[in-house]
Amino acid sequence: MKKLFWQTFSLLLVASMILTACGTPAVTESPAATEAATEEVPTEAVATDAPAEASLSCGTDPVVLNAYFETGFDIPFKLAEEFTKQYPNVTWDIKQDQFTNLINSTPRLLSGDNPPDLLRLPTMVSFAKQGLLKNLDEYATVFGWNEWPVPQLAQNRVAEDGTRGSGSLYAMGLNYSLTGIFYNKDLAAQIGMTEPPKTLAEFDALLAKAKEAGLLPIMQWGSAKSGMGLAFPLQNLMAAYGPVDPINDWIFQKPNATIDTPSNLEAAKHLEKWIENGYFPPDINAIEYTDAAARFGKGEGVFTFNGDWQNAGYDTDMPGNVGFFLMPPVEAGDPPAAMSAPLTFGIAANAKNADCAAFFLNWVATNDTAREINVNIGGSNPGGPLGAIMPVVQEGSVTNETLAAGPVVGEAGTSMDFIANATSAIFAQGWTPELQKLVGGQQDAAGLLKAVQEEYLRQLTQ
Amino acid sequence: MPEISRSPATPATTSDNRSAASARPSRRVFQHRILRRESIIGWLFVLPALLMYAIFVLLPLLLSIQYSFFRWDGIGPMTWVGLRNYITVLEDPDLVATIFNAFRLVVFFSLIPVMLGLVVASIIHRVATGRLGAIARTVLFLPQVIPLVAAGIIWGWLLALPGLINQILNAIGLTSVTRAWLGDFDWALPAVGLIGVWVLLGFCTVLLLTGITKIDPALYESARIDGASWMTEFINITVPLLRQEIGVCLTVTVIAALAAFDIVYVSTAGGPGNSTAVPGIQIYILAFTEQRIGLASALAVMLMLLVLIVILPIQRLSREVMR
Repeated sequence: MKKLFWQTFSLLLVASMILTACGTPAVTESPAATEAATEEVPTEAVATDAPAEASLSCGTDPVVLNAYFETGFDIPFKLAEEFTKQYPNVTWDIKQDQFTNLINSTPRLLSGDNPPDLLRLPTMVSFAKQGLLKNLDEYATVFGWNEWPVPQLAQNRVAEDGTRGSGSLYAMGLNYSLTGIFYNKDLAAQIGMTEPPKTLAEFDALLAKAKEAGLLPIMQWGSAKSGMGLAFPLQNLMAAYGPVDPINDWIFQKPNATIDTPSNLEAAKHLEKWIENGYFPPDINAIEYTDAAARFGKGEGVFTFNGDWQNAGYDTDMPGNVGFFLMPPVEAGDPPAAMSAPLTFGIAANAKNADCAAFFLNWVATNDTAREINVNIGGSNPGGPLGAIMPVVQEGSVTNETLAAGPVVGEAGTSMDFIANATSAIFAQGWTPELQKLVGGQQDAAGLLKAVQEEYLRQLTQ
Repeated sequence: MPEISRSPATPATTSDNRSAASARPSRRVFQHRILRRESIIGWLFVLPALLMYAIFVLLPLLLSIQYSFFRWDGIGPMTWVGLRNYITVLEDPDLVATIFNAFRLVVFFSLIPVMLGLVVASIIHRVATGRLGAIARTVLFLPQVIPLVAAGIIWGWLLALPGLINQILNAIGLTSVTRAWLGDFDWALPAVGLIGVWVLLGFCTVLLLTGITKIDPALYESARIDGASWMTEFINITVPLLRQEIGVCLTVTVIAALAAFDIVYVSTAGGPGNSTAVPGIQIYILAFTEQRIGLASALAVMLMLLVLIVILPIQRLSREVMR
């Protein structure tokens, strides 16, 4: 048995050496070849697809759109259903997966033999750089997307140097979510809140009152399984203490961008104070996203930091009892800021029905029924061209408040992407463990920012 | 009877061949040839399984070793980096910490189930014979039948702050002890370990119980005649004669601890902080979230070597005792 083991082991070792030796020259040669191939893809795509006006629809022949959606979010499924009603020649082959699994499987889906016509994109920079995503510039020209209000497309643009925010368009948003602070109206009345706070100091006073009244001030999630929800209040505090541009630069991986700035340190210290004051649930490190939403819906917590994608859930749990406001600024009168991101969908570089998929993306933002589905099921702003009709929302729904808050952020130009989206692993390897340590008293505000910045640089230079 | 002696065709043919061979100059050469032919036939029987093993186990293993010398995102070009990935693993305190966490898990996944399994098995053997014994075995073995992911989810609920375990602690007046077990820096790893104990105790108990039943009852009888207590029997008869089974238990459970992924991923995903992060979780994140296939492969290869380093002495010890 022992002999057999060593024989096998040495065999493996020799074989691996041979394999490595064989592999090396071929592999080291390959960069040039692959680069050429990568460059070829977009060129070829432009050549064959140069979308002429006439071909930019789904035609009349039967089309089966190959799509990958995110499990647990109804909007794309409902939109697909409605699209088939309006364009019966288009049917769908929809596969779905959890968001975290999508992060892991997207590279293989895009580079596989049957690349999706339409897929939910968890991140996009590396895929755009690898030539796996279709460049949507041509479609933007034909459909007039470039004339839409600016912030909509910016987050989906990737420049040649790999920074986001400008450059070619690689994805479109099905809708544009907005984040802020949701509150339980009954509990807020108990602590004497008659209107949303106008400054951070007013908000602090409300939190203190809630604590005094024996209520949980803020319900938030923090388990590594769903990612650390304290990233929401932290980023809101960052935008309250300082300008949003440096935060966006960091998210978009602009050269020399850092998250470890003096104003961000103030924000992190403020969060630390909230933790020390016991404003969050004591078991936050074990609470998952769905648990936090459910517990808030059952009346645990006066406030919670979340996004408008949860509107329908809150409306169901506490009809007419949920309010929303944007994170107040430090100084009264300053504009509020918010994280806002498109529900990003892209088209594979080698997709068979790219034109039809692009037509669908345009239809989602411009068709009245689609916009209605988007607002009533998704709870988010459907975006689209300037002056597009905003669907009517049921009275008493918190969606009315989130939709009203959107333009405030839009006009002030203070919308940000999520600090959790800066790189594909910064949430799992940076923010989540470090914020959990902050809760557990194993990390301080300064150490948090330093550790995340180091992790960010490590991931970018890999 | 005569029919039976004729029935095994192969030996008959072999003996015929042998007698024919005796006429030839070198009988040994011919025997050698037959042995070779038999061994070729043997290999042919093994071939399908071997092929599967090669494609699904050996090839991925070799590829992992190959990838570990490259920087590669899984799609684009590969760049040869030599031992750089291995050095990174050893230099990154977070990655080294995962290996230490894995060894802390060994206590819960291996030592406790094996020790507890020995005690439980010998109690069942002595006290619960017949139907009671069968029921006890079934109940203890049941966790093995439940998928680990389901076990992880259920234990996640039980160990949550509003969960059953804290409810029980509250009911018996231990409110000060209650906490979110899987979200506590000091208690998350032992809590994950507890899930491991629950899953692996049944496996060890059933394996050890089977071993005990093979021990000659005369040994116990003579010990009892000499007035030996249960403890003396346990230490002097049961444990020494079960060393081989203990070896198997340790091997399986130590591998389960060092290569743990599912229970940890489902119950804590490595948190809070990195207090329950084990190599399996980091390999998964590095390979699929960070797209650093080379570094992930290097960590995987090191994990494999680590498992071998730990398992081989256990195997050797349990075999030496048998001699």
